[in-house]
Amino acid sequence: MGRHPGFVLGLLLTGLLGLTALISLIWTPYAYDAISVAERMQGPSAAHWLGTDQFGRDIATRLMVGARNSISVGVVAVSIGLVAGGLLGLLAAARGGWVDELVARGSDVVFAFPAIVSAILITALLGPGAVNAIIAIGIFNIPVFARVTRGAALQVWGMEYARAGLAIGKSGLGVTRDHVLPNILSVLIVQATIQFAVAILAEAALAYLGLGTQPPAPSWGRMLFDAQTLMSIDPKLAILPGLAIALAVLGLNLLGDGLRDILDPRLRTEPVG
Amino acid sequence: MLIYIARKALILLVTLAMASLAIFVTLEILPGDPALLILGIEAQDDTLAALRAQVGLDRPPTVRYLAWIGGLVSGTSGISHTYAVPVFELIGERLVVTIPLALMALVTSTLLAVPMGMLAAVRRGRWGDFGVMGFSQIGMAIPNFWFGIMAILVFAVVLGWFPAAGFPGWEAGFGVALWALVLPALSLALPEAAILARVARASVLETLGADYVRTAHAKGLTRQRVLWGHVLRNALIPMTTILGLQFAFLLAGSIVIESVFSLPGLGRLIFQAVSQRDLVVVRDVVMLLVAFVVVINFLVDIAYGVIDPRARRAG
Repeated sequence: MGRHPGFVLGLLLTGLLGLTALISLIWTPYAYDAISVAERMQGPSAAHWLGTDQFGRDIATRLMVGARNSISVGVVAVSIGLVAGGLLGLLAAARGGWVDELVARGSDVVFAFPAIVSAILITALLGPGAVNAIIAIGIFNIPVFARVTRGAALQVWGMEYARAGLAIGKSGLGVTRDHVLPNILSVLIVQATIQFAVAILAEAALAYLGLGTQPPAPSWGRMLFDAQTLMSIDPKLAILPGLAIALAVLGLNLLGDGLRDILDPRLRTEPVG
Repeated sequence: MLIYIARKALILLVTLAMASLAIFVTLEILPGDPALLILGIEAQDDTLAALRAQVGLDRPPTVRYLAWIGGLVSGTSGISHTYAVPVFELIGERLVVTIPLALMALVTSTLLAVPMGMLAAVRRGRWGDFGVMGFSQIGMAIPNFWFGIMAILVFAVVLGWFPAAGFPGWEAGFGVALWALVLPALSLALPEAAILARVARASVLETLGADYVRTAHAKGLTRQRVLWGHVLRNALIPMTTILGLQFAFLLAGSIVIESVFSLPGLGRLIFQAVSQRDLVVVRDVVMLLVAFVVVINFLVDIAYGVIDPRARRAG
């Protein structure tokens, strides 16, 4: 582990993020929507560790619940991409031919839509909100995982042991289950970690634009939007949520890079995790 | 080579056709009657019907789809109902903000990333490398809109060097207009530079190990000549393709940044058009952004085929 300082830092930051979200499920210093006009825009104190916002709501509480919000969006969106994209990629690699071509062309089409554009279209169709933001980010993740899975699976299919599996009478599904999937799992884990970071950034951007999580539920991106008009009076309102996003994304990216180095030393290119 | 180009061109057309269908169908099932939105909820049934006939909403979807595509190909567009001007004209007005913005961001990120990538590769495993890779990790983690907000706080609110938001228009003077785009361009450029620096580092590292670099050293060229003359030039080939794609995504990425800085660009246009249900505008802007990505992809593929004959066979 000493040779992977980036991985250790990534693990610590991601652990902190996860722990914060978990704690927020059972305890937060205050209720996230508890308004207290008398205490608005206070600095850090014993009662409010990180101070209060323009409605006197506790910022530490809102950041904790915001972490939970970011994680839920990330987990569900990445799962949608991982399951749907993974299956498509495995199918394309196993069947080849027109199935492969169809998956490749379909991915091209989805990829041609910049993520933020398709997210705006989807939220225009379904209305703004956390769930629709998840769907928008999830759909964008499908071709990402389809491509990665297909590429990695094709490599395994090129190996002698995979062809030997076919030769001894295993079906395409059998070879996929026994040889392909176990061998590409590490690639998928690494990709999922990176996409998790991307999803947190995307959710923050959508919430900032008013298309994601709706107030009063706290989300880091929306907190930044609210802060923008007030930051000349109280800069911490704009600094803290941004720091939370950056640390979460940094942690996940470091974790992903570190996992890649550890799980697959052949791919190692970076000296810093 | 011709077969390769023909195949790629076919894929280009199929992708564009599928994307345009996807856009059309999405907007078709969008809730809300456009005619009702234009005239307001108190409109009479016969005026609604008249308007539908006027803008062609009473025709079947297939006819409207073909009319849209025909218009795109022949260069005639629909009329935006909120702005009451042809959509292409509207897009043109917005592109004079968004294209310079994206170009500035592209140039800035390249100027930042290439020297950093070179430095990191040459000093591999040493402090220079750690510094650049650390910057890269931090740059990738910072959301560009947060960077924009912080830049406004520091350089506009506290120091007062830049305007906090808005765009005076090119007619206000080139320098003044350009100045208003500096902070937005920097905000767009930073995360791109962080990614590009990694790409630059990797491609310089790969080039450093090449035989012709060893030859250049062996024939007695100075270290500087080898680095700038041989290594950088060759390392730039894979980078150019990525730069092309980055440009397409910078155009789309400006949606958020234009909101942060209240710039009247393409991003603001699509965002407002969606909330006002100005669907004629939405479909053309989305199609333009998609076409940009697809065409650049196509050109990159063709360039690869020209540079590297192996790519033609891999198809």
